[in-house]
Amino acid sequence: MGSKWILEYAWLIAFLPFLAFAIIGLYLHRWPKISAYLSIASIGISSLLALGTAFAVFSTKEGVVYEAAMRWLDMPGLRVDMGMLLDPLAAVMLMVVTVVALLVQIYSLGYMHDEPGLASYYAYQSLFAGSMLGLVLANNFGQLYVFWELVGVCSYFLIGFWFGRNSAKEAAKKAFITNRVGDFAFLLGILFLQLLFGSLNYGSLATALEGYNHPATLLIVALLLFGGSIGKSAQFPLHVWLPDAMEGPTPVSALIHAATMVAAGVYLIARAFFIFSSSSEAMLIIAVVGGFTALFAASIALVLNDIKRILAYSTLSQLGYMIMAMGTGAMSASMFHLMTHAFFKSLLFLAAGSVIHALANEQDIFKMGNLYHKMPVTAGAFIVGALSLSGIPPLSGFWSKDEILAGALGSGHIILYLLGLMVALMTAFYMFRLVFVVFFGSNQAEGNPHESPWIMTAPLAILAGVSVVAGLPGSPLMKYAFGHYINTPAALHVQPGLLTMILSTLFALAGIGLAWAMYQQKLLEPRLLVGKVPKLYKLLINRYYIDEFYAWLVARVVDKSAAWLFWADINIVNRLVNNIAFFTGRSGETLRYTEDGQVQSYALYMLGGIVVILAAALYLSDVI
Amino acid sequence: MLSNLPVLSLTLFMPIIGALIIIFLPKEEIRPIKYIAATSTFISLALSILIYIAYDRSLGGMQFIEHIPWIADLGVSYALGVDGISIPLMLLTNLIGFSAVYASWKVAERIKEFFILLLILISGVMGTFLTTDLFIFFLFYEVVVIPIYLLVIMWGSSKRVSKEYAGMKLTIYLLIGSAFLLTGIIALFIKAYSISGVPSMDIAALAGLEFPVGFQIFTFAFMALGFGTLLSMFPFHAWSPDGYAGAPTAVSMIHAGVLKKIGGYGLIRIGIYILPLGAQYIAPLIAVLAIGNIVYAAMICLSQKDLKYIVGYSSVSHMGYVLIGIAALNLVSLNGAVIMMFAHGVMAALFFAMIGNLYEKSHTRNVDDFGGLAHQMPRLASGFMLAGLASLGLPGLVNFIGEFTIFIGAFKEYRILTIIAVLGIVLTAVYILRTLGDVLFGPRREEWDELQDLQGPELVPLIVLGSVIILGGVYPLDIMSLINSGVEQIVMQVGLTNIQATILTGGSF
Repeated sequence: MGSKWILEYAWLIAFLPFLAFAIIGLYLHRWPKISAYLSIASIGISSLLALGTAFAVFSTKEGVVYEAAMRWLDMPGLRVDMGMLLDPLAAVMLMVVTVVALLVQIYSLGYMHDEPGLASYYAYQSLFAGSMLGLVLANNFGQLYVFWELVGVCSYFLIGFWFGRNSAKEAAKKAFITNRVGDFAFLLGILFLQLLFGSLNYGSLATALEGYNHPATLLIVALLLFGGSIGKSAQFPLHVWLPDAMEGPTPVSALIHAATMVAAGVYLIARAFFIFSSSSEAMLIIAVVGGFTALFAASIALVLNDIKRILAYSTLSQLGYMIMAMGTGAMSASMFHLMTHAFFKSLLFLAAGSVIHALANEQDIFKMGNLYHKMPVTAGAFIVGALSLSGIPPLSGFWSKDEILAGALGSGHIILYLLGLMVALMTAFYMFRLVFVVFFGSNQAEGNPHESPWIMTAPLAILAGVSVVAGLPGSPLMKYAFGHYINTPAALHVQPGLLTMILSTLFALAGIGLAWAMYQQKLLEPRLLVGKVPKLYKLLINRYYIDEFYAWLVARVVDKSAAWLFWADINIVNRLVNNIAFFTGRSGETLRYTEDGQVQSYALYMLGGIVVILAAALYLSDVI
Repeated sequence: MLSNLPVLSLTLFMPIIGALIIIFLPKEEIRPIKYIAATSTFISLALSILIYIAYDRSLGGMQFIEHIPWIADLGVSYALGVDGISIPLMLLTNLIGFSAVYASWKVAERIKEFFILLLILISGVMGTFLTTDLFIFFLFYEVVVIPIYLLVIMWGSSKRVSKEYAGMKLTIYLLIGSAFLLTGIIALFIKAYSISGVPSMDIAALAGLEFPVGFQIFTFAFMALGFGTLLSMFPFHAWSPDGYAGAPTAVSMIHAGVLKKIGGYGLIRIGIYILPLGAQYIAPLIAVLAIGNIVYAAMICLSQKDLKYIVGYSSVSHMGYVLIGIAALNLVSLNGAVIMMFAHGVMAALFFAMIGNLYEKSHTRNVDDFGGLAHQMPRLASGFMLAGLASLGLPGLVNFIGEFTIFIGAFKEYRILTIIAVLGIVLTAVYILRTLGDVLFGPRREEWDELQDLQGPELVPLIVLGSVIILGGVYPLDIMSLINSGVEQIVMQVGLTNIQATILTGGSF
């Protein structure tokens, strides 16, 4: 195959953005425009390389697997490489990440054009792209963890990009710390792997695992690793950081907090599927956590008014879908949905950004309205994204979601299947509630909103196009199913049946219809509905009080014990030591009086001493 | 080229030579005094980088040896030599020493005396890492005490506690440590003499002897107390936060950065190397106390408002990682402990340099007095950020290498304890990000608009220490192979006696 030479250079895909970051950080931070172009150029070349890599990988029927590595940390008993494992799974991710990152960076030229910190914005964007691609390329858990944390810190910087706002500062901190809780478990999982199998390399681990037969240990290891996914992919109960992460600039939300980084948790499960799938209990737990998150987050999205937060909860819900699919064993369906979701969710965020941009940072959907005529490109793009997310055929979301549902049904998880259908209805409802209110509603936005410049609408158009066609690999039009492309064993791939397709479409249409009835035709007054179930509404609008619970936990338990421990340190530990010093001082003071300079008293002490020693000697000699 | 010169002696005495020159300068000559201090520490730094490069790793063992017999009856010689464990610490001393001179650029009172004491302090600390003789080791350790005391009480600052109290506390703890240590050294010497019949203070020679198990346990316990106190091992850590808070910037940098590390270095080089059986016996206790350091001190950090107390307690917490790495006694964990000492040193020094700079300008260190400083002082903010992220173990920065390696190594020996230790990464993230957020981010506060960002000499600590933090984190292979070459020898010693231990005791200690 003539194209395989490119695989040897695939490391450049991650390296170029890092290089751009270093150059901007060291030399270019005074030239924001040049920094931006450099960053875009580097990710542009990376995406070409990623496409080339994908071609090379898919050049044979089974897909090429290529692995290369260099030593990074090496001593007897611990080896961490910086390497790359190129296989169909990685190739798909590389394409998704580079393409979305490139489009987002181009879009940012328009969105962030008057931003004074533009150079550092692009520096972080490049750092993020490099780290995310390094994570995708990784051939071992050590490297994965390194880049896992690095994308986390990029997320921290970019959420807190407008660091002058207290809300941004708090949100950034919350994101990092919540992720650290998940990483605590993740790191322990990695420690276990190294301890049990003496290696962190995926391939070596897969081989070592074949003869391994301790279900309890495997369960623990799988759950610990899953802890990382819970944090990064914002699954319940560590989901709280993602909605707050919307404090960052909208392009950042599109790239990091919708399309790529939050999907890393799903990618982790796919990568380590040989570990997870060897523990059926772990798989069940994963499926339940994912399914629950999907439902739970969708329920909150029903009542919110902030356009970005609706999308954020939608992301939570869709990530839950992917995680659930992993748990039911439908790995290829999950990855398929990861891909389509990356495209249509980044599209939705960027379109929302275009709206926010036009309305001078307004984010409340009820202060928007009738934007369809004023921003036709944005509105069209958003509607394509919304239809795709709702799973309307033949858009991409339809194919990938049906594969997930089919996976749940095929593996006998009938409850999860029904739950999935329910979520499909809710998703369609909250998305079209948003569409009808913002683009067709009668409310008038303040000012005179107009369409965004082409630098922003062009990426929207491209993403809209991709969102339409990205489902093709999963459709019957293609020779192979998506699972074929990422090399899943046939047993793990279930093609959706006609019943599922019809059912899911009906549910989605029902959701859209309900939204249309309530928000477009006003056949049903939302306020009346709220009046019927005030307690439920209050629960939803307060996001089940989970944030409040954590705040209480930190303030009342963690900080209280911290204050108490400090008190103890000063008044017990420290005082103990000071008392020893005090005691020494006092002894000296007391004993001083024995040193009176009188020869006769010294003689007396001496005599006394001799008597004591003699007595002791006699006594001891008797005893012994 | 290097081997023909007494290159270690040159490195070691360069700061003292600088101090001697300064003594003969009139005290009004402020610029020459500073330049001489900077030049002499720079030469030491350059030489230690040369030594780092020139050291032959394939050969291993002590190199650049200098040996001059001194007190024959006690077997004491002026003996210098470096290996994979001491080179990183020597390099650390000089990185921090050089940076500390620049961090003290704005010292206003008694400039001449300040720099003389600082230079003596730097040489004193370095000596403990360079010597291969137990007596000389102790000698240099004692040399450190005097300048520390004077520097704190004369140039320190009083907040929660007075600087006199802080200085006294630091000194007394150092002396307590040295008292235990001296007892241990004398016991070692006498016992060795009775075994071999030759008086010797040579560390390698002592390590070659087989001390009885009971003696090893007893002596190692003394050493562990002495060195542990120095390393702020729980519950002997109380000096650390108060001491750092009272000390002037340069002293906080050197004390937290390197002086403390003498404790960890001594535990490895003297404790484990000479008394491997004693080390194995005491190690589980050290591991338990290490958890005390990591979790207890990190919790206390959460309640602190004074920046120096935060970094002070944080330093206590981080030493827990070093301790559990030492206590696990395997190659990986000990490698981790050594790189962690190096990493923590650079990070803590950078942190204290930034805090010192801010305090100099704003006259407060209270977190609540600040907010949004990144608006006015972006360079200072990046320094804080870098130190903070290093502190919370972000990959790509050198501290992560230490934490990760220690966890991998320690997990082999102590399952539960290591799990608790890993909890430290969450707690650290909480207090570090809170602090950074409250100081650097948030709305601009106009009362700090007058503050000048870092510039000129103030940038030196940030550039020097910052680039080491990044370099070591991005490319750890090189320094780790150096450390590994040194630790391998120590572990071989433990490994050999491991077999003995099972034969000797039949597994029942």
